[in-house]
Amino acid sequence: MCECPVCGGEVELPADPVESELFECAECGVELEILALDPLTLAEAPDAEEDWGE
Amino acid sequence: MRVGFLHSLIRKDEKLLIAELRRRAGIELVFLDDRRLVFDFHVRPEVDVVLERSINHSRAMHALRLFEGAGTPCVNAYEVARRCGDKILTAASLAEQGVPQPEARVAFTPESALDAIGELGYPVVLKPAVGSWGRLLSKINDRDAAETVLEHKSILGSYHHSIFFVQKYVAKGGRDIRSFVVGDECVAAIHRTSEHWITNTARGGQATNRPVTPELADLSLRAAAAVGGGVLAVDLFESADGLLVNEVNYTMEFRNSIDVTGVDIPERIVTYLEAAAP
Repeated sequence: MCECPVCGGEVELPADPVESELFECAECGVELEILALDPLTLAEAPDAEEDWGE
Repeated sequence: MRVGFLHSLIRKDEKLLIAELRRRAGIELVFLDDRRLVFDFHVRPEVDVVLERSINHSRAMHALRLFEGAGTPCVNAYEVARRCGDKILTAASLAEQGVPQPEARVAFTPESALDAIGELGYPVVLKPAVGSWGRLLSKINDRDAAETVLEHKSILGSYHHSIFFVQKYVAKGGRDIRSFVVGDECVAAIHRTSEHWITNTARGGQATNRPVTPELADLSLRAAAAVGGGVLAVDLFESADGLLVNEVNYTMEFRNSIDVTGVDIPERIVTYLEAAAP
């Protein structure tokens, strides 16, 4: 468990986490990004840009 | 084999591919975050093949060009990304290969776009050439709305938004089809159903299995071939005139389609990738 950088609540990392992975804070619903695993660094995920997509 | 995994943000789709790559014996996974990449034109990347999964079209397209220029094969190829990432280039490729698609026009000024819309007849859909997930699409039902949207596009948008791609609106009965092409096979398909005219699953469209009929497989493969082939998701409409290809996606999202189709799409992609490596 670790702390959500947005709401301060406890968040659970996804299984087999990797850097740059997105996951959701179960408490506030914000989308988070794993910036680094060692040491663990989380940040709110960036907003979608114009050329994002498939 | 060293597989370069070109990415920015890693979503469930990328996570499924990473898990599949890690399951394969003989594959060494090299993460290539496009936010940290620096290219040197004189240094060959130390990977055997690149799997492109970047969420940014512009970064993906340029990175693929640079990797290929250095002699590294990529899935998908740069030319495929260039054609699929721009709806005008996709439509041109489909037209050149005789693949049926909704009637469309391209215009470069608001005035000529208004003429083009009048020629197509209302309603029409105005689309940005670059963009995805159904964002910034405008269904235009009459001339008043057309004048307003075109004025806003030309004043508020970047220059990209003053290149007007207009499609005749297709009454698709609340659903479209997404088919998944891997190499020379159409491996699966879904219906995307929504009460909204935009049926993308990113916008709430519900996915259900759609059997891959010979007609669907044939048209999907023709559409994929028209843009250069590879690992592609083809969006199609069921119209009164038969199936029409709407778009072709080169960094396809498939996470909502594995359970409903029963097809292990990431397994198919990685098998194709292994065959693409030298």
